Amino acid sequence: MSDLSPEKAKAYWARTSGLMWTMLGIWFFFGFAVHFFAPQLNTIKIIGFPLGFYMAAQGSLIAFVVSLFWFASKQNAIDEEFGVAEDE
Amino acid sequence: MANNAKGGDGGFIANLGKIYGIYTGGFAGFVIVLAILEQMGVSNQVIGYLFVFLTIGVYALIGYLSRTAEMGEYYVAGRKVPAFYNGMATGSDWMSAASFIGMAGTLYLLGYDGLAFVLGWTGGYLLVSILLAPYLRKFGQYTVPDFLGARYGGNLARFCGVIVLISASFTYVTSQIFGVGIIASRFLGISFEIAVFVGLAGILVCSMLGGMRAVTWTQVAQYIILIIAYLIPVVIMSAKVTGVPIPQLMYGQALEKIAVLEQSMGVVKGHTAVFSNAKGEINLLDAVNFFALILCLMVGTAALPHILMRYFTTPSVREARQSVAWSLFFIFLLYFTAPAYAAFGKLEVYQNVIGTPIANLPAWVQSWGEIGLVGTCDAADAATRYVMCKGVVGNGDGILQLNEFRIASDAIVLATPEIAGLPYVVAGLVAAGGLAAALSTADGLLLAIANALSHDVYYRMIDPHAPTKRRLIISRALLIVVAIAAAWVASTKPSTILAMVAWAFSIAASGLFPALVMGIWWKRTSNTGAIAGMVAGYGVCVYYLVMTQFYGMPLWFGIKNISCGLFGIPAAFIVTYVVSLMTTAPTKEMQDFIDSIRVPKGGVKLASADDAISH
Repeated sequence: MSDLSPEKAKAYWARTSGLMWTMLGIWFFFGFAVHFFAPQLNTIKIIGFPLGFYMAAQGSLIAFVVSLFWFASKQNAIDEEFGVAEDE
Repeated sequence: MANNAKGGDGGFIANLGKIYGIYTGGFAGFVIVLAILEQMGVSNQVIGYLFVFLTIGVYALIGYLSRTAEMGEYYVAGRKVPAFYNGMATGSDWMSAASFIGMAGTLYLLGYDGLAFVLGWTGGYLLVSILLAPYLRKFGQYTVPDFLGARYGGNLARFCGVIVLISASFTYVTSQIFGVGIIASRFLGISFEIAVFVGLAGILVCSMLGGMRAVTWTQVAQYIILIIAYLIPVVIMSAKVTGVPIPQLMYGQALEKIAVLEQSMGVVKGHTAVFSNAKGEINLLDAVNFFALILCLMVGTAALPHILMRYFTTPSVREARQSVAWSLFFIFLLYFTAPAYAAFGKLEVYQNVIGTPIANLPAWVQSWGEIGLVGTCDAADAATRYVMCKGVVGNGDGILQLNEFRIASDAIVLATPEIAGLPYVVAGLVAAGGLAAALSTADGLLLAIANALSHDVYYRMIDPHAPTKRRLIISRALLIVVAIAAAWVASTKPSTILAMVAWAFSIAASGLFPALVMGIWWKRTSNTGAIAGMVAGYGVCVYYLVMTQFYGMPLWFGIKNISCGLFGIPAAFIVTYVVSLMTTAPTKEMQDFIDSIRVPKGGVKLASADDAISH
């Protein structure tokens, strides 16, 4: 780690890992957890869509896309805070 | 590094928006011209030819203009592909003939259960972005096996990586070339075997002269065509059926009508019913298989080398992360539309096909029946006239009942223009889109295989002192050899190979994912541990696949063999973990190397000078 002190490097990696686990949580929630309840959700209807079907066909996908853009900006903010972002 | 841009290149990157804007406009103009020609009476065959040859011609032109003799350009497109465009290129790299043509039909046939593919083929990008892509980009060499070699002490780990890569990619590329052959033969009216080699030529002109650089810029062009071609028919269909041209929102109405019709026809397993068996009850084993498949497809996505290598091409680590987000956005556009195709197709069938006297069936049923993608099996001799009717016994009352109707999954997307009553030019557009999807995926896969052979096996393992010129010649020669081999296999129409395509995800997930992730996230992972883990994961997965598929071994816990990663992934993680703890910890130099790739800024401290890249 070029110009990071060992303590700062440790703190940087702790923050990065924390964000990683948050993202894995989002991934698990929208990839799996929501769909465990698909039979129950299907009793709710929104503009014709049974909600359980909607979540697997669209809802989770939208969450995936949004969370990836959020992750990119969040990790970038961490990089800048620790001064390890690439200069361009 | 390869960043010493050549003269006109900076201008090209700066003007990408303009160039692809003009290209998109030009393509729209071309479609309009063809539409006018059709109205003037030009035959369908000619329109099909114009679509196929003009689009392939444009890809070939881009491939030719992108020719290069520099290693950095050939292997990683000079690392200057902006996040947005790399996202588009990854989108078409990712979406294959199966996604474009087959997915909507799978959803039509399977209903809710088919959504495992939609979820599995999108959610994996979260794993790519948070666990792998930024770190592999920082590592900054040419191939995925490069990383395994540098992290796990050399050629044995590299070689294991190459084996997994080729196992996962070769069957996959064969099926893409098969897809190209099907589309080209249908729209050009030539034999399948010849069409395969026409497709092969189309693939090679894109990749041979310019490697990754050429493939990148043709993939962007192919993405634009495939997404336009995918959206137009279903948008018009939605406008026709519901009055609003936003199919993704409006197919809820179609689902409601389908549910009503299902009830009146006595369908037990409804389109939106979750994990239900033939009796309409919730079935636990179906649920387990649904989630197992999602997991394997997601983890497999994050381990397929032809996808990971696309993130080697961005200018920075930051852009690699943004680029994954853009990739998923562009993929999402197609995947959240596919269920709409399925719903509108099903509504049409339930409303206008089922319960209709055979003599009054819509014209599209007849025309797709003739080429064997639809079967109306009412008459006693139907099986002799329709391939699809094999094994179906109709009641011969002159009316088509639900159980007398068969449709192949490929027919949904291909027939939608006709169902919506659109001119033939739209059908040609869909064919061009399917062709773009198959060609772009084939390009990426071929390059991944050929690069693994030329860079990892030849240069790294056989002749590390080979001069640049010879390496490039070898790369291109191998590309041709692999392409011809894949085309030859495809031309024999191997049904087993095609059934094996979906295996690629579980194989990559079991063989590569644990070694890649643990190499970055767990410093204690030792060389022996990682190699043992790769062998174990790959071994378990392939053993389960082969034994259940060909030797009649009973399924473990009822898990379908497409999801063999459910056993292979944990096996690889556990073996890697246990063996790592039993063997000596990585050296201080290796730990410094890991630290250096975890941080975007600064140089990469390779543990062994032999791993340094040379140009």
